[in-house]
Amino acid sequence: MTNILVYVPVPAASPSKSQRELLTLAARLGEVSVVLGTSPDAIADEEARAGLSAWGASGFYSADATNGLVAPDAALLAAAAKESGATLILLPNDIQGREVAARAGVKLDAGVITDAIDIDVDLVVSKSVLAGSYTVRVKATRGPALVTVKPNSVQLPAQEPAAVAAAPLRVLEPGESGAVATVTGSEARTASGRPELTEARFVVAGGRGVDGDFGPVEDLADALGAAIGASRAATDAGWIDHGAQVGQTGKTVSPQLYISAGISGAIQQKAGMQSSTYIVAVNKDPDAPVFEIADLGIVGDLATVLPQAAAEIRRRKG
Amino acid sequence: MSQSTGTPLRILVLVKHVPDVQFDRHLGGAELRLERKDSVLSELDEYALEAGLQLAESRGGAAAGNTVTALSMGPEAAANAVKKSLQMGATEGVHLCDDALAGSDAGATSLALAATVKHLGGFDVIVTGMSSTDAETSLVPAQLAERLGLAQLTQVAKVELDADSSTVRAVRETDHAALNLEAGLPVLLSVTDQANEPRYPNFKGIMAAKKKTITVLSLAEIGVDAARVGAAGSATEVLEATERPARTSGTIITDAGNAGIELVDYLAAAKLI
Ligand SMILES: Cc1cc2nc3c(=O)[nH]c(=O)nc-3n(C[C@H](O)[C@H](O)[C@H](O)COP(=O)(O)OP(=O)(O)OC[C@H]3O[C@@H](n4cnc5c(N)ncnc54)[C@H](O)[C@@H]3O)c2cc1C
Ligand SMILES: Nc1ncnc2c1ncn2[C@@H]1O[C@H](COP(=O)(O)O)[C@@H](O)[C@H]1O
Repeated sequence: MTNILVYVPVPAASPSKSQRELLTLAARLGEVSVVLGTSPDAIADEEARAGLSAWGASGFYSADATNGLVAPDAALLAAAAKESGATLILLPNDIQGREVAARAGVKLDAGVITDAIDIDVDLVVSKSVLAGSYTVRVKATRGPALVTVKPNSVQLPAQEPAAVAAAPLRVLEPGESGAVATVTGSEARTASGRPELTEARFVVAGGRGVDGDFGPVEDLADALGAAIGASRAATDAGWIDHGAQVGQTGKTVSPQLYISAGISGAIQQKAGMQSSTYIVAVNKDPDAPVFEIADLGIVGDLATVLPQAAAEIRRRKG
Repeated sequence: MSQSTGTPLRILVLVKHVPDVQFDRHLGGAELRLERKDSVLSELDEYALEAGLQLAESRGGAAAGNTVTALSMGPEAAANAVKKSLQMGATEGVHLCDDALAGSDAGATSLALAATVKHLGGFDVIVTGMSSTDAETSLVPAQLAERLGLAQLTQVAKVELDADSSTVRAVRETDHAALNLEAGLPVLLSVTDQANEPRYPNFKGIMAAKKKTITVLSLAEIGVDAARVGAAGSATEVLEATERPARTSGTIITDAGNAGIELVDYLAAAKLI
């Protein structure tokens, strides 16, 4: 049976959606163990390990806590790979996941593949490249394959798994990781109560056209239960947190529905949203490039169109 | 900004020559390689260069002996990315160019770049972009740090170098928090597009660049066996590529007072609500 490792940087009492997706995908392909991050926040208690075990983890690896960035986790992951003989290692596709995969890949002389959307039984990985203009199938020719998987790529089981006891934990000695940057402090972002941008089924995004007021965007997002996105012009202006930026240097999203409001549709913005199933654009300018990729384009003022749509949705929901 | 403080720094900035994102980009040939015509200096590496120049200037610039070397690995045309870096203000250029490098993945690229760094005698600070705009992996910076045993301060939106010590502080933005990072020199930095506003080459810079040297290096010169890089030395292989059909525009309506209702009708018809 194939041994597979899943990297969980910070476990929580119940695993996050992206962690559940990684575990579900891994369980489909082999026998799963989880490698826990070494940051002091990551110390997994019995409850967190039980939560991950219910989703298929049959064992855990960890090491002493550190304040070091990336390098200690990469060393632990490489040590766990050797220990377990894993042929596949799955990680989240965020920056931490990519960088841990990158360094572990060097230690193991193994192939690293980012942005995966699927993995077949022969460990061939599907991913999109060049801002979504191609889908490619890639494999690691030297293993274990280190693959970072995009959120929303794996269908979760309809039913929550039954509760189980926590699987056993092994503490490893990962050894030297070279010079390391220390994390001296952190400032947590305030949770919005809205869905996570990269995981959301619906996204409503605002650009320079909101002119400082995200009210209409928030109103429609809340009527739909959507996450909020933005163009770089809107985040640079400080109208909304940088974490909301969609595009080349922000988040890549592929929701079922992306409503773009007051965004012109520059190539760097399109790079992050053009794989959405449906795109609706609201823009005053009939020549805005965003209309070239919109399934429904509305030439109009977002300040009137968005609130009207929000009110209509609430009316229909009764 | 311009008085000399501390010892002069040797700074290296990694710049990649990539197909312009404003045009359609294509994979072609039996090995499904990216077609590299219409290439430019990756716009995300301009932020790296700006960060490198600002670090040098904070120590008194070239006058105080600080150097900013721009290094690119790529085919002959990649010399243009180095040239543009010299025009923006880098003091010298290095171009790693060898046919055997074609088709290198991140692992092979970082191997060749690490060997180049060693060949050049090492640096106090290595700066890279947050991601290349063609491969889009963000793997190379972390891999280079691993290979060179350097502390990585990556994906940072702010960088500060203490004037009189060798401590670098930086802020890394993640999905859930802003992390404060610290390390002593030498370090590897990767900077995001939030870090600064890259300068444009001005006339003086363009003229000055003509007098600066670009050293061209081959694999033999950096002591790397050709079998370890390129498509053959890479640990990943592209088996198949399918072009996604271009998105086309659908219905366009002009608001005549009830476009908000029409929007909801559309969502209902598509069974989204
Ligand atoms: C290196 C680099 C990386 C970048 N990365 C990103 C990225 O990740 N994401 C990103 O989005 N951008 C990115 N950009 C910026 C990108 O090039 C554009 O500048 C940006 O997307 C423009 O934002 P915008 O569409 O909101 O603003 P604008 O281009 O100014 O467009 C505003 C639009 O709003 C419309 N409008 C105005 N008022 C109204 C109204 N009342 N109702 C309806 N419509 C209205 C206007 O007609 C216009 O089309 C990047 C740029 C660079 C150089
Ligand atoms: N061929 C190359 N030559 C010089 N620098 C590179 C090269 N490839 C990657 N880099 C650097 O590594 C960064 C991240 O690239 P990537 O890992 O490909 O996303 C880029 O922004 C560059 O600074």
